[in-house]
This record gives sequence, C-alpha cells and structure tokens, in this order.
Amino acid sequence: MPNVREWLNSLKQKFAPKEGQPPVPKRVRDYIGGSQIWRSFLRHGLPKTDRIRALVVLSNVLLHLHPVKIRRSGVKLRYTWCMGGLTFFLFLVETVTGLLLMFYYRPTLEYAYVDIVELREQVPLGVMRELHRWGAHAMVITVWLHMFRVFMTGSYKPPREFNWNVGVVLLVLTLLLSFTGYLLPWDQLAIWAITVGTNMARATPLLGHEGPGSQLLALGDVKLIHAGSDARFALLGGRFVGAGALLRFYVLHCVGIPLVAATLMAIHFWRVRKDGGISGPL
Amino acid sequence: MQFVKDLFNFLSSPAIFFTLVIVLFFVALRTRRLWTDRVGTVALVAVVVYFVVSFFDPNFKKVVTAPDNVPIVGMLFLIGFFAWFSLKQAYENDDRMARGEPPAEKLETDEKVWCWPDLVYTELIALLVASIVLLVWAILIEAPLEEPASITVAPNPSKAPWYFLGLQEMLVYFDPWLAGVVFPSLIILGLMALPYIDTNPKGNGYYTFRERAREIALFLFGFLVLWVFMIMTGTFLRGPNWNFFGPYEYWDPHKLVPLNNINFSEFIWVRWLGTGLPQQWLAREIFGILVVLAYFLALPPLLARRWLNDIHRKMGAARYAVGIVLILSMIALPIKMYLRWIFNLKYIIAIPEFFFNI
Ligand code: HEM
Ligand code: HEM
Repeated sequence: MPNVREWLNSLKQKFAPKEGQPPVPKRVRDYIGGSQIWRSFLRHGLPKTDRIRALVVLSNVLLHLHPVKIRRSGVKLRYTWCMGGLTFFLFLVETVTGLLLMFYYRPTLEYAYVDIVELREQVPLGVMRELHRWGAHAMVITVWLHMFRVFMTGSYKPPREFNWNVGVVLLVLTLLLSFTGYLLPWDQLAIWAITVGTNMARATPLLGHEGPGSQLLALGDVKLIHAGSDARFALLGGRFVGAGALLRFYVLHCVGIPLVAATLMAIHFWRVRKDGGISGPL
Repeated sequence: MQFVKDLFNFLSSPAIFFTLVIVLFFVALRTRRLWTDRVGTVALVAVVVYFVVSFFDPNFKKVVTAPDNVPIVGMLFLIGFFAWFSLKQAYENDDRMARGEPPAEKLETDEKVWCWPDLVYTELIALLVASIVLLVWAILIEAPLEEPASITVAPNPSKAPWYFLGLQEMLVYFDPWLAGVVFPSLIILGLMALPYIDTNPKGNGYYTFRERAREIALFLFGFLVLWVFMIMTGTFLRGPNWNFFGPYEYWDPHKLVPLNNINFSEFIWVRWLGTGLPQQWLAREIFGILVVLAYFLALPPLLARRWLNDIHRKMGAARYAVGIVLILSMIALPIKMYLRWIFNLKYIIAIPEFFFNI
C-alpha cells in the first residue's frame, strides 16, 4: 500500500507546476493544440477571442453554412422552432440508418420480407429499422411544422418567394421518400398502403385508364391508354404492386429521391443566406 | 360512463365533428383572450386528461397505441402546441404594435450575436435532444411488421400511409381523379403560388395576426381543418369498409351503413321535373355542368364586383383569378361534404361514360 502512495506522490511532484510554469491541463492543451496533427485539422485555437470565433466558422466546411454573426432574433427558438434544422437532422439520420439497412435488405419478392424478419431476429440490439421508420414519420411532421412556422412569420414574402418554392418541392420529395420506403418491408401493411395510394394514378385525367378523357387518346379503335400503359403502370412497372414496383420504389427510395432532395437542400440553405439570413422585421 | 362515451361517439361523427371544428376554429382564431399562457395550459391539461381517461377504454386504446398511430397522436399535440404558440406571439405583437411599439422580434434584429457559441451550441443541444427522443422512441416501440404481402388478401380497412389519409378521407366525397390527382396537384400548386398571390407587404419576418388576418385564416383553415383534421378522422375514426367509428366504438367489420346517395341529375329530372332521366349524357347532366361552371366562372367576377372589391383592386386581375380559383377549389371540399350530409348528394355531375364525376 505505501508503495502506491509514494508513487502517486512522486507523480504529483513530477507534474506539479514549477515556478512560472502554467498548470498541467493547460500544458497538455497547449501540447495537443500546438501539434501538427491538430493544427492541420483545425486551423485555430479554442474560440476565446472574436478573431478565433470568426475563424471557427469561416474555416470549417460544415459550419460555414452559417454566417459568422447572426441577428439575435434569428437564433431564437421561439422564432424558428428549430424545425428546418430538425428536418435536416432527421434527413441525415435517415441517410445513415438507411445505408445500414441496405446492407441487409434485398428488394426482391423472394428476399424482401425475409430480410426484414432476419433483421429483427438476428441482428443484436437492432434498432436501425425502428430509427429509420420513426425518423421518417418524425421528418414528415417536422417538415410540416417548418412550413407552418415559415407561413406564420410571413417568411415566404419577398425576397424569399423562391426559397419557399424550393421548400414546397422538398416537402413533396419528403412525402415521396416516405411513401416509397413504406413499400419496402413487403408486408400486408406495406403492399396495401401502396396499392391504395397508387390506385389513384389509375384515375389521372387523360393518362390513367379510368381517368376522365383517357378515351380521347386513341388512334381509331386502338386505345393508347389502357391498364398496361397508363400512369399507374409506369409508376409500378406492372399492373399491380409486384416485383417491378418493389424494385422501382427501392431505387427511387435509396438513390433517386435522396440525391435530388440533398441537392435541393443545398440550394435551400444557400438561398437562406443569400436572402439575407433568417427573416426578421425590417 | 357509457352515456358519456356514447355522447363522444355521437359528437365525433363526421358531420357534427367537422361542424364543431369549423365553428371552434373561426371563433377561436378571433378571440384574443384564448391565446395566453393560462388558457394554453388549461387546454393542454384538458387534452392530456382526456387521453389518459380514454385510455381505459379498450377500443380507444387499441387504435391510439397502434405503433404507426403513436406519431400521429404526437403530431396532434405538437401542431396544437405550435398553433397556440404562434398565435400567442402574434397577438402579443399585435398588442405591442397597437401601443405604438415595434414587434418583439424587432428588439433583437439590430443586435448581432456570434455564430460560435450562440448558434452552434443551440444546435448541439437540439441535436442531442432530438437524438435522445428518437432513440428512446425506437427502443420502446418496435416497428410494425405484419403478414407477408399477399395481393389476394386485402386487409379491411386498407389504409394509405398516414400522411395521405386526408386524401383518402376525401375519397368519401370525391372520385379518385379529384381526390387523388387534381386536389393534391392543386395543393402543391397553391402552395407554390402563395408568395405571388399574397401581396400584403406587412407581417414579413415577425408574428402577427391583425396585419394578415385573412391570409392566416385561409391558410390555417386549409392546414388545420382540411389537412390535419381530415388525417385525424381517416386515422382514428375510420374502420372496416371505411365506415365511421366513434373513438370508443368497436371496429365491427359487419357494421352496416345504408347508402342511398342520389345524383344531382336525379334530383332535377326525377324529383322536380318528374320526367325521368334523359338518355343522352349532355342533356342529363346539363344542370350539374351549369352549376359547376357558374361556381368557377361566374362566381369570381361576381365576388370581385360585390364583396371582394378592394382585394380585387389591390391584387390585379391575374393574381385575383388564380387566387380565387384556388380558394374556391379548396372550399369545394367542405361544400361537397355538407351537400352529402344534408341532401345525400352523390355527384353534381355524373358522366360515368367518361369517368367524369364531380
Ligand atoms: C439516403 C437516404 C435513405 C436510404 C439509403 C434509405 C434506405 C432504406 C431501406 C434500405 C429501407 C428498407 C428497410 C426497411 O424497410 O426497414 C428503407 C425503408 C424505409 N424508408 Fe428509407 N432510406 C433513406 C431515406 C429515407 C427518408 C428521408 C425517409 C422519409 C422521409 C425514409 C422512409 C422510409 C420508410 C417509411 C421505410 C419503411 C420502414 C420500415 O417499415 O422498415 N427513408 N429505407
Ligand atoms: C426537407 C425539407 C426542408 C429542410 C431540410 C429545410 C431546412 C431549412 C432550414 C434549416 C432553414 C433555416 C431556418 C429554420 O430552421 O427555420 C430553412 C428556412 C426556410 N425554409 Fe426550409 N426546409 C425544408 C422544407 C421547407 C418547406 C416545405 C418550406 C415551405 C413550403 C420551406 C421554406 C423555407 C423558407 C421560406 C425559409 C426561410 C425562412 C426565414 O428566412 O425565416 N422549407 N429551411
């Protein structure tokens, strides 16, 4: 026992601040902060002066989304409700969990359902599917609330009309993402929800075979729009929700729509900056 | 107890519930006194108590705790909260401006804060809270998985994903080409057109009600009543065969609801003129067609001349035309709903020959 205490004491003496030397934590910090590795990653010290506070934001790719200084009203929770940011966060969660799900999931009639069952039964501590599904629901809710907030503060008015439009497209894409994802577990809930949803396409004016005006699109007696050529067929890649629909929805869900949505989000954020930051009274 | 349950079941039948909601909506929107901390707290407690008490009812519990319905219950609370929160701020700002002071946001616009730490730390906290909520939710509630898909066995009811249930609910009153295609497109178009139609320069960048009362009333009517409320109905109050079921009612697949809806053409030709339906579709439907044309083509200029004179002048002809057609389309939904409930009206125009029913 005494040995340990002696050793600790010797350690304490060894690291005790010498005359005129800064205390240990500061020395460790300076050592790490001064190393080449640290300085190549973060090109500044801790944000203690205004100069460094500006540098933090300016020299970091992620943070440079933000301006260095912001109007106080713009950072208030009670103004933005944080809803746009939360929507973006949930999109990132969906991307990460979705990617992990892609490791396990194969979009074919043979495997889709089995893979989900396997995922549930074999993967330890598996909450990825839960995170992905509840995250998707949450994202739909936050995007509505975000739109609601933007409306209530009148932030769609000039000069932000265009960004509101970008937002509307993002809203539609969010719903489509959630809709295409809904089919993938390939259970009764999935297939019938998508059947009900896509049945509407049958009634598209002109382009659906049960839509008003579709009879007009005919060459003589030959109908151009029938169950095997109408809008619903194009959507599903078949006459009913089957293998073709599963593959189409999978590709759209995991690649097509996320790419478009991510691009539009970049535009959306850039526009927020170019329109003078978060809106406020003039 | 049973009496109270029956009363609530009765009150939540579509026609009554919808009417109550509309009246409550317009009265509440204009009542300044409701948008305060005290009333907000009381309302919250009341709703929570309602949910907790109702939880003892097995039928209520079954629908509300279905895994996919949990987020919708959460959404109802969130939307209720934020509706209250934004209107409270709006009315507070109105009071300030009535006193000649600027809106509360104005006091904070001239001052600038550093992104680091003020914003970044807020974001960090929001991120942590959101992650925790999502994780807890994911651990507590397992994602649903039913029987493997089978194209031959349709579950009853078959429901679209929850965010489209408002549209599915609309199917009760309109054919799929309207409820599933035209109306969704109009919603998207209407949202996109909104910044160009609404030319009121006031209320940009702060909460206010008085300066934009009309716009807010219209938008919230669409969002809260026609979208969120319809989703709620479609989710919680529609059971097998898309029949209506009160919150405490057992979802009986054999519930029979008499269907005796009548087309407008039958009202005219059979009931009023007593001649029987003409064979030719144009002759048969001519009155319905005239009504719909009048609604969209004659009503707007009439409104412009009579009641919406100032708006029409301020907006200009093009904006007014687009705006009024969008608004009339929106109002067409409640109109059709009431026509159904009061007259059992099925279609105003019914031309099944061309799948053209309105
Ligand atoms: C890059 C982004 C994404 C990828 C790679 C991805 C990938 C996947 C995969 C592989 C599945 C099938 C596994 C399963 O069903 O559990 C799935 C399901 C699903 N996805 Fe995504 N996803 C992405 C983004 C999103 C977004 C943004 C949303 C919603 C707004 C969403 C909503 C859904 C839904 C609702 C399901 C069904 C969940 C279930 O019941 O399991 N996904 N996704
Ligand atoms: C995936 C969907 C979306 C994401 C990730 C997103 C993200 C954001 C973020 C982070 C902001 C900054 C301010 C805030 O958080 O409130 C913002 C602002 C804005 N958003 Fe969105 N948004 C989305 C959808 C929408 C929708 C659906 C609309 C409208 C229909 C919209 C319209 C706007 C407008 C006009 C602003 C500027 C607000 C202001 O300056 O006060 N966005 N968005």
